[in-house]
Amino acid sequence: MSMATASGCPACAAAPAAQAVAEAARQADDAHILLSVPAIHCAICISTLENGLSAAPDIHSARVNLTLKRVSVEAAPGVTPADLIARVKKLGYEAHELDAGMLSATETDAKGRDLLMRLAVAGFAMMNVMLLSIAVWSGAEAATRDLFHWISAAIALPTIAFSAQPFFRSALSGFRAGRFNMDAPISLAILLAAGTSLYETMQSGEHAYFDAAVALTFFLLIGRYLDHRTRATARSAAQELAALEVPRALKVTEDGDRIAPIAELREGDLVRILPGTRVPADGVIETGESEVDRSLLTGESLPAFAGPGTALATGEVNLTGPLTLRITAAGRNSSLHRLADLVAVAEAGRGRYTSIADRVVKYYAPGVHILAALSWAGWMLYAGDMRQAIGIAVAVLIITCPCALGLSVPAVMTAASGRLFKQGMLIKSGTALERLAEVNTVVFDKTGTLTIGEPQVTNLAGHTRRDLQIAAALAAASSHPLARSLTTALGEAGIKPANVQALREVAGYGVEGRLGDQPVRLGRAAWLGTTPGPASAAWLAIGDEAPREFTFADRLRPGAEDLIAALRDKGLHLMLVSGDADGPVADLAERLGIAEWRAGALPQDKAALVAGLAGEGRKVLMVGDGLNDTAALAGAHVSISPASALDAARTASDIVLLGNSLAPVADALGVAGRAIARIRENIGISNLYNLVAVPLAVVGLCTPLIAALAMSSSSVTVSLNALRLRR
Amino acid sequence: MDVLSYLIPASLFLGGIGLLAFVWAMKTRQFDDPEGDSHRILADDWDDKPKP
Repeated sequence: MSMATASGCPACAAAPAAQAVAEAARQADDAHILLSVPAIHCAICISTLENGLSAAPDIHSARVNLTLKRVSVEAAPGVTPADLIARVKKLGYEAHELDAGMLSATETDAKGRDLLMRLAVAGFAMMNVMLLSIAVWSGAEAATRDLFHWISAAIALPTIAFSAQPFFRSALSGFRAGRFNMDAPISLAILLAAGTSLYETMQSGEHAYFDAAVALTFFLLIGRYLDHRTRATARSAAQELAALEVPRALKVTEDGDRIAPIAELREGDLVRILPGTRVPADGVIETGESEVDRSLLTGESLPAFAGPGTALATGEVNLTGPLTLRITAAGRNSSLHRLADLVAVAEAGRGRYTSIADRVVKYYAPGVHILAALSWAGWMLYAGDMRQAIGIAVAVLIITCPCALGLSVPAVMTAASGRLFKQGMLIKSGTALERLAEVNTVVFDKTGTLTIGEPQVTNLAGHTRRDLQIAAALAAASSHPLARSLTTALGEAGIKPANVQALREVAGYGVEGRLGDQPVRLGRAAWLGTTPGPASAAWLAIGDEAPREFTFADRLRPGAEDLIAALRDKGLHLMLVSGDADGPVADLAERLGIAEWRAGALPQDKAALVAGLAGEGRKVLMVGDGLNDTAALAGAHVSISPASALDAARTASDIVLLGNSLAPVADALGVAGRAIARIRENIGISNLYNLVAVPLAVVGLCTPLIAALAMSSSSVTVSLNALRLRR
Repeated sequence: MDVLSYLIPASLFLGGIGLLAFVWAMKTRQFDDPEGDSHRILADDWDDKPKP
């Protein structure tokens, strides 16, 4: 064998190539999975996750991106995202799946790279032109000055042609749409500065503004890039959190069950709904008994019984038994679509919010142009020298160019959203922080928002050990939420399941089995022949003994109590609105100290309530997670939803909470307030510089040196002021 | 002033190297995770041998 290897037979030479092909094929089949892990923050987190995940043989590589708080995993074809989420959880981190379809669009981030490239070129050009300009300012004369100006022109003109394109394009599209955006004065200042400087250079003139034109481009590109990055980070993560809705349904046809896209479903069709899946269309149950979780649609915390004749709505979750459903409304007529229409109406009602920057620019841009035109006209009348008049008008434009303005808002927004992102909040909308700072009323949803939406057993201590062991055995056989919660709680309490035989789940009712020769049952009160109490409960019956009650209460989301207390201290008006019954809502309101609450609210009631509050002139922050909250979220002044919320709710809201806790919300309000204060300060600072430099420019005393100083110092002050937010 | 005839090209050349280095760094995606990279230098996972 070794002989053959040494001689280099063709087969051996081909072997590595074959291996490479196999490797490539394996990589093509690999599952590429992207998870959002909001809690990672340090070097230890990185190595724990990467090494912990890669240790499994079916995972080829795992790479953490700390900036975006994601893990991208290359795994063997069989590995599913749910599987990975469980493994990440075992390592101690909470993870959400990101949609791999969006992966290519965001991970490469072509626009960000493009901006960064233009920024780098502008930076390079600025340094070199500035070097030459300093020589000119310090007294280079005649031929030397002309040479320096020509070299500056040779560097600056191509740079402007390349780097300032984003501004030109945006200004042009603004003009086409008949709007006057901030990029119009910017483009004009850059172009005029470059144009007149070129003319001056040809005429062996004294003043050239090449450095100003390039510096303007450089500073404004920084602002543009920051703006882009803030938005890109938020957008990608919020949209990629994969949708919970299943786009397919199991259609019952004459020749067996068939997987069909939801769009194909028609009224009168039969669909089979397996336990654990979502109802694809509105309909009435034909056969089967089960329990359905309606919490996302109505906010009810308890699963409801469903049997033949029960009407189900799109989006509800079937819990225990298989059902066949006769569709009564699909597609556009389904309740989900009516909800979507409600959202559209609410969104239209909110209207477009004009940000502070937009409001300032609306007056600033025309004002600047009028000022420049007036100084030109004034100098034409006074001196009658076209070249001098244009020179002064250009100086005015350069000085007043909204450089600091273009940098001040993105710099503050980057600092603020970076800080909130560290605490697990994604700011999706550019104006969300401004709107958040104006909030004076907060409306909360109950199930899934203030509470986790998972029941927890409350009276374990009241049972004998034997009862608990039997309950553990029975509960383990069901995937009903109450049973699952009971299993977890008993497991944590160290209870070993009793040896119950012949376990059988009776869909919609409970679980039964045999312990020795005694029948044992765990399930609904009515099934065990007893009367239900006020709390949500599962009952345990052993033989002929009287049934014992396990009561459950929904657990508060971590940080909920602190958040409510903090908001009350801030003097905000708090409200609790839920689709759940009176009892649980009143309980929670009392427990948290929320004075105003409303129970049994339908989606349109919630939207109407929010609209009504807005009508009274209140600025409403809506915090909710369900489909039933979506219209209210869209209609509120600003809205927040947890990452566990439905896709539709996350899309409708401005801010997404990545972690499990509600606590960051209080902090977000504080940060938003401070961010707005910084933005106002920054606008003030840049105006202050204008106040000093503009008169100089108008009377013709402004030299390129003064322009460069005013511009750089205002940009730097504004950025430093924004950075104070990070602390 | 003759010194300018080679000092200016020299400064442009050096600046150009910097620009090219930046372009290379960006094309090879070294700016994708700045925060992670600043933490990775603290991890001692591959200190004794380079990552295969």
